[in-house]
Amino acid sequence: MLELKNISFQAEDGGKEIEILRNVNLTLEDQFVAVTGPNGSGKSTLAKIVAGILTPTEGQILLDGVDITEKSITERAKLGIGFAFQQPVRFKGITVKDMLSIAAGKETAVSEVCSMLSEVGLCARDYVNREINASLSGGELKRIEIAMLMARKSKVSIFDEPEAGIDLWSFQNLIRVFEKMHEEIRGTILIISHQERILNIADQIVLLADGRIKKVGSREEIMPGLLGAGQPCKTLTDKL
Amino acid sequence: MDVIQQELLAQVAGLHEVPEGAYNIRANGEMAGRNTTANIDIITKTDRSGIDIKIKPGTRGESVHIPVVLSQSGLQESVYNDFFVGEDCDITIIAGCGIHNSGDQASEHSGIHRFFVDKNARVRYVEKHYGSGDGNGERVMNPTTEIHLAQGASLEMETVQIKGIDSTRRVTTASVEEGASLTIKEKIMTHGKQVAETDFTVDMEGEDSSVNLISRSVAREQSRQVFRSRINGNASCHGHSECDAIIMDEASVSAIPELTANDIDANLIHEAAIGKIAGEQLIKLMTLGLTEKEAEEQIVKGFLK
Repeated sequence: MLELKNISFQAEDGGKEIEILRNVNLTLEDQFVAVTGPNGSGKSTLAKIVAGILTPTEGQILLDGVDITEKSITERAKLGIGFAFQQPVRFKGITVKDMLSIAAGKETAVSEVCSMLSEVGLCARDYVNREINASLSGGELKRIEIAMLMARKSKVSIFDEPEAGIDLWSFQNLIRVFEKMHEEIRGTILIISHQERILNIADQIVLLADGRIKKVGSREEIMPGLLGAGQPCKTLTDKL
Repeated sequence: MDVIQQELLAQVAGLHEVPEGAYNIRANGEMAGRNTTANIDIITKTDRSGIDIKIKPGTRGESVHIPVVLSQSGLQESVYNDFFVGEDCDITIIAGCGIHNSGDQASEHSGIHRFFVDKNARVRYVEKHYGSGDGNGERVMNPTTEIHLAQGASLEMETVQIKGIDSTRRVTTASVEEGASLTIKEKIMTHGKQVAETDFTVDMEGEDSSVNLISRSVAREQSRQVFRSRINGNASCHGHSECDAIIMDEASVSAIPELTANDIDANLIHEAAIGKIAGEQLIKLMTLGLTEKEAEEQIVKGFLK
């Protein structure tokens, strides 16, 4: 269980203090949680605060009742927090197999790499010795990023917009990945997404707006309001 | 050969026993072993220190090992090795120099290697430099490589210096004739107060000649590196050089490219990137459970692989 207590985050922009998150209180059980909201609402910031990449200006983070607010990124990773970046990082000379081994915390055999990559629709034969460098496309990197988080088997797995850039690979597969992770690990899966199809499978949806939690509830409670709120204006609907 | 020399040999040539094929082992300025084959002859020079390696035309799949080890503190030597590679050969040459200095005087090895590669021959040339020993004496290595590629010949050179050399100035010059191609891959890591200078000059003389110079380096602590590359396109040719460096601590790295096109169809490109390890790379590896230090090592190891 992951608890966020009164989390606020301020950043400086051109000498001005900007409030990105304000008094966020959230309790995440071991289930499928989707965080959504408009661009700039603070979703990615929230994810980075949980992973330890950003330090909240105020507030506390508890993992299974233990305060981890002061813990480093590495310590949190070891305690069971995993994070798939929105924009995966490239590494010259480090291969897909190397990265999956680091993620799994042990040397992985080619057969294991094969099973991890097949989950995200990639054939190990083509990728196992490829470097995670500019020769891989954004979509390929994104899938490898997801495979790395699967390999970690974290208690809390955070995905920042996992659907971006993987349109060629079916959506259904992505959803199956999340379901499988949930079945195997029984932990918290926290997904930041704008995608209706991802929101549709969440047990709980958190709606952020302007750095505050606007609503938390089941998909039945949240979805109808979300779709209505996003109605395009007449100029656009005329063209659709 | 003693244990220290054997260790050096393992480091620079990956040799744990007597190599197969032709070889010449030089230890503390003396010949410590030699073998020739029906196709590869090794002859001691009479006018100065060094050897001539003559490879018969059409020799394929053979290798030549010519490692040098120095374990006597204060030894300074210059060695001239000339390789004559006949037409249509396809061979591998493994050179390398290991210095162990546990004394207070500088040990210095200057190897001057010249390659005369005849028409359509292919050469893979591997060179490793390694230093060890806890003495105050500097370990200095100044390799000079001169390459002449005849029509259609190709040479691929891999040069690696990862550890223990205090000062190095490596000068490589090449002339590339019609249809010939030259590839040089250099990997360097410096630390402490080490200084490494690399200086390439390549003259592209023939139609369709090509050169590709790739340097990857890591400079740590207070070390200094200078990468200079000069490519002169005197005919229709492709020239590319690339310097990619990671800088750490208080180190300093300079990349100085010089491209000269003397022909309208000379295609010359230089790329250089120098920078510290990207913060997001460290963060990514830390989210996978590595400490900052471990993440740094992993990135450097991959970069120089």
